[in-house]
Amino acid sequence: MKGLARFLRSPEGLAGAVLLLVLAAAAVLAPVLFPGDPLRIAGRALMRPFTDSALPLGTDGLGRDVLAQLFHGARTSLTVGLAAALAATVLGTLVGTLAGFLGGWTDEVLMRVTDAFQTVPAFLLALAFVSAVGPSLLAIALGIALGSWTGPARVARAEVLSIRERDYVAAARVTGMHPATIAFREVLPNALPPVLALVAVIVAGAILIEAALSFLGMGDPNRATWGDMISEGRNVIRSAPYLSIVPGLALVATVLGVYLAGEGLTEALSPKRRARA
Amino acid sequence: MNRALLLLRRRLLGAIPVLLIVIVGTFFLLEAAGGDAVDAYIGAIGGDAGLAAELRADWGLDQGPLQRLAFYLWRLLHFDLGYSVAFSRPISELLLDRLPNTLLLMGTAIALSFGIGSLLGIAAGSRPGSVRDRALSAAGLALYAVPGFWLGLVLSLVFTVQLRWLPLAGFETAASRLRGWDRFVDILRHLVLPAASLGLIYLALYLRVMRAGMAEIWRQDFVRALRARGLSHRRIVWRHVARNALLPLVTMLGLQSATMLGGSVVIESVFAYPGLGSLADRAIDERDTPLLLGIILAGAVTAILVNLVVDIVYALLDPRVGAGDGAPA
Amino acid sequence: MSGPLLSVRDLSVAYGRRRRVEALGGVCLDVATGDRLAVIGESGSGKSTFALALAGLLPQDAKTSGTILWPALGHAPVAGRDIGFVFQDPSSSLDPVVTIGAQLVEVIRRHLRLGWQEAKIEAASLLARVRIPEPYAALKAYPHQLSGGQRQRVAIALAIAGRPRLLVADEATSALDTVVAAEIVALLSALVAEDGMTLLFITHDIALASALATRIAVFYAARMVEIGPAPRVLARPAHPYTAALIGAHLGLDAPAGDRLAAIPGSPPDPADPPSGCRFRPRCPLAVARCTADPPWGGAPDDGGLCVFAPEPPLR
Repeated sequence: MKGLARFLRSPEGLAGAVLLLVLAAAAVLAPVLFPGDPLRIAGRALMRPFTDSALPLGTDGLGRDVLAQLFHGARTSLTVGLAAALAATVLGTLVGTLAGFLGGWTDEVLMRVTDAFQTVPAFLLALAFVSAVGPSLLAIALGIALGSWTGPARVARAEVLSIRERDYVAAARVTGMHPATIAFREVLPNALPPVLALVAVIVAGAILIEAALSFLGMGDPNRATWGDMISEGRNVIRSAPYLSIVPGLALVATVLGVYLAGEGLTEALSPKRRARA
Repeated sequence: MNRALLLLRRRLLGAIPVLLIVIVGTFFLLEAAGGDAVDAYIGAIGGDAGLAAELRADWGLDQGPLQRLAFYLWRLLHFDLGYSVAFSRPISELLLDRLPNTLLLMGTAIALSFGIGSLLGIAAGSRPGSVRDRALSAAGLALYAVPGFWLGLVLSLVFTVQLRWLPLAGFETAASRLRGWDRFVDILRHLVLPAASLGLIYLALYLRVMRAGMAEIWRQDFVRALRARGLSHRRIVWRHVARNALLPLVTMLGLQSATMLGGSVVIESVFAYPGLGSLADRAIDERDTPLLLGIILAGAVTAILVNLVVDIVYALLDPRVGAGDGAPA
Repeated sequence: MSGPLLSVRDLSVAYGRRRRVEALGGVCLDVATGDRLAVIGESGSGKSTFALALAGLLPQDAKTSGTILWPALGHAPVAGRDIGFVFQDPSSSLDPVVTIGAQLVEVIRRHLRLGWQEAKIEAASLLARVRIPEPYAALKAYPHQLSGGQRQRVAIALAIAGRPRLLVADEATSALDTVVAAEIVALLSALVAEDGMTLLFITHDIALASALATRIAVFYAARMVEIGPAPRVLARPAHPYTAALIGAHLGLDAPAGDRLAAIPGSPPDPADPPSGCRFRPRCPLAVARCTADPPWGGAPDDGGLCVFAPEPPLR
């Protein structure tokens, strides 16, 4: 609880939390405020904003409700961001813990695999995966996780390596605990905090990758996404530039919120050291 | 220099298993997508089932998966990446055609982001906590949250549509028959917006890393020793703190090169820039999976090479790396 | 210029924004040119803070009060040129990515205004003075290529490069093994004698102090509790703490089986010190009078801050 207080006291944490709260509210309330399919034709194409009270932000080039798409887009972005980060963190922590704990040949092999995944650009990997498997939210989340798990893996492995030698692990071994039990009951919980610090970065990256994928046409065709909105808006950019600009601003706000919250979290978890004479 | 060469050899050897894993992974992804090289070839050239069977036997594609993998590897060694349906050309040819353009774009973006980003980072980090520092850090954070492709759109909206200063798309003005200096300037003008869109995001990153690095170095003891020697603040900032903070920045450069390659894919799509990125775009549109996977391989190889160069540069900058020599007297 | 080199009156240093922690309180002393003053105390006694305060190297959040005057200097001291500082940890006082030669040359050029070539020659001769073998080759070496003792020699060379009048050594030998430490002490002694420098060295080691110092000051819990000529302080300590320190020291010639005469208790919490004399809780001579602050206004020449000590002659 003291950590929460510290988190909220930092200006970054507070700002981030506020932003995220607003966006999460939008995501959760989307089907309530804008029931039905946000991608259906809602009215005349390219209707200006603030002209029709039923369509506050007007319509896009295909006649779809812009505001509805914005809200549902928040849902998509946050869902994919969190899902991808979860998958990446779980997978990465597992691999990293195993590699660090078992060492030797297993470690070598796992590290080489990690290197391989890290070498391929994360976006290309996601693109290839989604292209091969077909664009759906699940595929997108998994594809992004494929490119993002290496970070948590390395951090987890480094932590495990340092914890492995500590006394309470030796004590567990002496009492005859099975290595797997030691790994998951003693070592893993202590290796988590540094990994968690990475989560904000992964979520932010995932949201950006999802947007880029949708922009290129590789997004889930059944969902409203901000990337798709920008792509559609591009077709009419001379006559209605705001159609491309507004979803972009929503993206910036979301990613900024995640970063700020992440920085606030890091501050709260590890208070700044003071330089002493 | 000796140290650097030894490092180079070690890194090259280490890269081989990594590359193998990438290739094998790519291969299995290709399999998962369904359809094979013969389908692509027949689809482009035209032919019947008989021809297909013949080609399969020829190319060993009627064998089991392991043999097919071996075959794939064998063809890779001959730089044969297969055939592209979308462009009706061998993939390796396509890649070699487009790769230099992407490298030019990436190179410009890296120079921009690293050069300006690190300078701004030094400006911010020379007095941590100052107004200048806080302003630059905030600006950096905001910029880092911007999606690259959207930034590209906004920039082209401002500079192309509104101001008409810069061209909209492409590598150079088509069929313009410009030569020498004129052609150089034309290419440069086409390069500005894509490189800026790609580079500005990473500029923000390098700014933050440099600033954080300097803040960290300031805390170290040897900085106090430098003050005790009476050196000027400016000298300490540039000659010592920035110099030390450069090291983690160079490391980050290596790590980011792969990500930047991914980013350039999207930017190239926005600006119709004829590089690997727009190739990937077409490959997606036309479901040309072998081409897409060839691009991934090219991306991986490029990333490995860039990382190698960065490693060498790091070794040259940090005298402690690879120090097995110099035993204390 | 006449008068002492250094004149400190009522120097106090405190840290922290919310909870003020006093690192040093009301220190008064004089250092004459040519003195070799040893400042002795345990960790947290404020001796390092004192050295850093003199050199102007305290961190930003430190609040200083009192005066530090330099009568013999005639002007505010310039780091490097008037004061040379040698730190405890040799590894962390050198920039790891710059050669020894480059680091020396930049200090030499800063303070002596020599050209490149001349500065290099001067750098090599400095290395020779601190007994680094093959000085010209050493110029091209990086810090990690040297041993701990050699690094400390280089640090000393850097400290004296600007030909300062005062050399401050803050626990300069504490991070080195005994043999190397002895060599460094001998080196310091020789250098100071050769160049006519004044030496201020901080240490927790009484034996070291006795070997090198002309005067000794003793610090305890952020206060100076005794000061005087070295022979007098060691033979007839005026403060119970000094006496206890000397008693606790075990020389090589002590008979085997002797018990360590440890001082009972531990130093006070800097955030919550005892009232009156700070040594009172651990002092075998403590009486009721000791809860009042022992009076000591002005800089003492020779004496102990204790109710039992004779009134010290003040400057």
